Amino acid sequence: MVMMTSQSPGSVRAPHARGARSTATVMRWVIAASLPGLMVQTGWFGWGNLINVVFCVITAMLAEAAVLALRRKPVRRTLTDSTAAVTGLLLGLSLPPFAPWWVSLVAVIAAIVLAKQLYGGLGSNPFNPAMVGYALVLVSFPVAMTTNWAAAVGLDQAPGLGDTLARMFSAPQAAPDGWTMATPLDAARHASTIAGAGQATAWLWVNLAFLAGGVGLLALRVIQWPIPAALLAALALMTLMFGSAPLSLDGLSLQLLSGATMLGAFFIATDPVSAATSVRGRLIYGAGIGVLLFCIRTWGNYPDAVAFAVLLMNFAVPMIDYYTPPRTFGHRKAARGLSGRSGEAP
Amino acid sequence: MTRLWTFPGGIHPPERKALSNARALRVAALPDRLILPLQQHVGQPASVRVTVGQTVLKGDRLADLDGGRGVPVHAPTSGTVDAIAQHPVPHPSGLDDLCLILRPDGDDRWRHREPWPDYQRRGPEAVLARIRDAGIAGLGGAGFPTHEKLTGGRQRPIDTLIVNGAECEPYITADDRTMRERAADVVAGIAVLQWLLSPARTVVGIEDNKPEAIAAMADAARFAGIEVVAVPTLYPSGGERQLIRILTGREVPSGGLPAEVGVVCQNVGTALAVGQAVLQDHPLISRVITLTGTALAEPGNVEALIGTPVADLMAGAGLRADNLERLVMGGPMMGFALATDAVPVTKTSNCVIAVAPGEFGQPAIEQPCIRCGECASACPMTLLPQQLFWHAKSGEYDKAEHLNLFDCIECGACAYVCPSAIPLVQHYRHAKGELRQRRDDQKRADQARERFEARQARLERERLEKEKRRQERARAAAEAQARKANGAAAPQPDDRAAKAALVQQALARKRARADKAVNAQKTASASPGDQSPTQD
Repeated sequence: MVMMTSQSPGSVRAPHARGARSTATVMRWVIAASLPGLMVQTGWFGWGNLINVVFCVITAMLAEAAVLALRRKPVRRTLTDSTAAVTGLLLGLSLPPFAPWWVSLVAVIAAIVLAKQLYGGLGSNPFNPAMVGYALVLVSFPVAMTTNWAAAVGLDQAPGLGDTLARMFSAPQAAPDGWTMATPLDAARHASTIAGAGQATAWLWVNLAFLAGGVGLLALRVIQWPIPAALLAALALMTLMFGSAPLSLDGLSLQLLSGATMLGAFFIATDPVSAATSVRGRLIYGAGIGVLLFCIRTWGNYPDAVAFAVLLMNFAVPMIDYYTPPRTFGHRKAARGLSGRSGEAP
Repeated sequence: MTRLWTFPGGIHPPERKALSNARALRVAALPDRLILPLQQHVGQPASVRVTVGQTVLKGDRLADLDGGRGVPVHAPTSGTVDAIAQHPVPHPSGLDDLCLILRPDGDDRWRHREPWPDYQRRGPEAVLARIRDAGIAGLGGAGFPTHEKLTGGRQRPIDTLIVNGAECEPYITADDRTMRERAADVVAGIAVLQWLLSPARTVVGIEDNKPEAIAAMADAARFAGIEVVAVPTLYPSGGERQLIRILTGREVPSGGLPAEVGVVCQNVGTALAVGQAVLQDHPLISRVITLTGTALAEPGNVEALIGTPVADLMAGAGLRADNLERLVMGGPMMGFALATDAVPVTKTSNCVIAVAPGEFGQPAIEQPCIRCGECASACPMTLLPQQLFWHAKSGEYDKAEHLNLFDCIECGACAYVCPSAIPLVQHYRHAKGELRQRRDDQKRADQARERFEARQARLERERLEKEKRRQERARAAAEAQARKANGAAAPQPDDRAAKAALVQQALARKRARADKAVNAQKTASASPGDQSPTQD
């Protein structure tokens, strides 16, 4: 008689077969899909974003390691899930290219320590960590966050690597005038013509690159379509209904292909931890971000609004989930709410 | 073309059916002992109808029920009843259960049999009774008594009979080989089912990864008014509710039976067993079982007697014990690891996988849920596996129940796709168990409360009755005293009579106390458990 109970009990549970990609694999795909966007950003705006990305990824992983050690959690295993690296990456991609190092550092620490680990780490954070960090530095250091956007002069014309580093790691809040330029969204808000055609073109290419990466993630089933589709559709609809030049393609392309729209739609809003869960819930969640994005951009005080739109919808997630469960197979109605009335006569 | 519908979710795990579907059916060798669990079906266990040492013939009824839900157990071959004892049985709990141990004599002598080639003349009641008496419980896995399903089907208008040959679980090829090699017998069984239920439509649903089985069945069913339909390969298409949806577009209501939507669904193996039982008086004493896994030198399908120990089957299939990681009974999605290979084949055992190290991949380390929603996309019941997990884990079982936990069919699709390697199904099983336990506890508590309240009411009633008797006695005494006093024509009669009455009352109270003590003693000695107040 062969006794087989002595085996690792964790493995002898159905299903015995597993076909899933691990979280780490998924995160690495996200990182890979963001590279085209990062390359286009660097190509148009110089070394700033790349430096930011490297700096933010490293500090994010260090911050995560430190908190994990304090919480007596397995450091190496958790770090290799790459979620901290993705948070750092998203911050590096979103922050202004010439943002001083301490702005980035504050954003990263707020993201990893406050928004993620203090809530219990991966999977337990109600708010998108990167966007918490971004929003914090945006309201805390408005000058540094609005005057450090690079001019789209191309990598050969942009300040060199050394100059950029020196500026970011030693400078006062604002970069020199010749280096920077308002983003097209900011320019549009102030109805100014500071942002030239080149600036708009650069942002268009950046957005197209992130769109390409996002489509790749969709094709690989790393992310699912409801959130980006609803976000972009709602933003387009709002632009058509309330935009300053409603029926012009300029208005649409400004909203859809400028600022952080595509980065937000495919890389930020799709963070599953802080998003709604069901397909219907995700449609509502994505559409809410799209509507808020337009409202804040158009009628608010900030030129771009991905962080605030995402965070506001993060607040709404529990309620969305509460009202949008799918109808279970064999039931006539969905089981809304938490418990009590079942809403169902079986 | 037959119109097909889809069910939500589903997954495409590696099929691994080629491992075992190439070899023809073999007959497993006769083992030294047969272990026959008294419960191999949904319902109550059968009770033993033989004694230890008794000689029995093949097909003799060894155990049956005195009532309630269940089916009898028969002798798979002729021999001697060796013991009636606790023995390991194939169950996820790994616990022992009461089994009959039969020692075969090697002669394989049948009891007298009475084939019914003309079963139609016997009437449906007799045929249903024969199906029951043949011990047939669903061979697909759940083990629901077949005659009950059919009786239920006859009580409602049934327009569709579905024969489930989907066999969607990876590795398992028992139904595949049965359909390829015994299509005519399966069709004969289906004809009996058709006669019992008179459905307008009879469909055999087979996943399209089994072209040979589809061809064989289509050939055998040509003139029998049976559609053979290839359904897309998508786990768990062989789930009863899923297959009904695919073939009819109907959803069996939650907690309801297929008969409620006009459908009866029977497994291919069950149809075969019904045909054998009704036509040849051949009870369910053997079944086709897949022996597979890369730790076997000769994987394939065998017809094994019910009760054959898994160890014997493994030896017969060339088990390389040094290359064995674990034995799984059932498929890789819903099967369970065996604690020992001493367990027997039962009526519901369709597969044993001898898993070589690493065959199912390295066990992944569980990580936090990132709410990715892959589980919800895979769930064939449109549940929210991630919320169910959340509630089950934090002990909020009522919330999990509200989100329809009990509709979960435990197919394992969610856990299969989970990137965080969370054993979701275990959490659901645990939560279901807790809820069932809670219901039982609640029922018991209600019963205890009712008992207590009834006892309190009885005690109160007795107390009042006693009080009433005491008052009557006191009044009678007072009246008697008063009459005496009146007879003596004493002065101030009222005063004296009142005083006397008070004295009488005091005496009566004393008497009553004494009575009560005696009564209490009596009742205490009469029924010590319930009555004595000190026992409360």
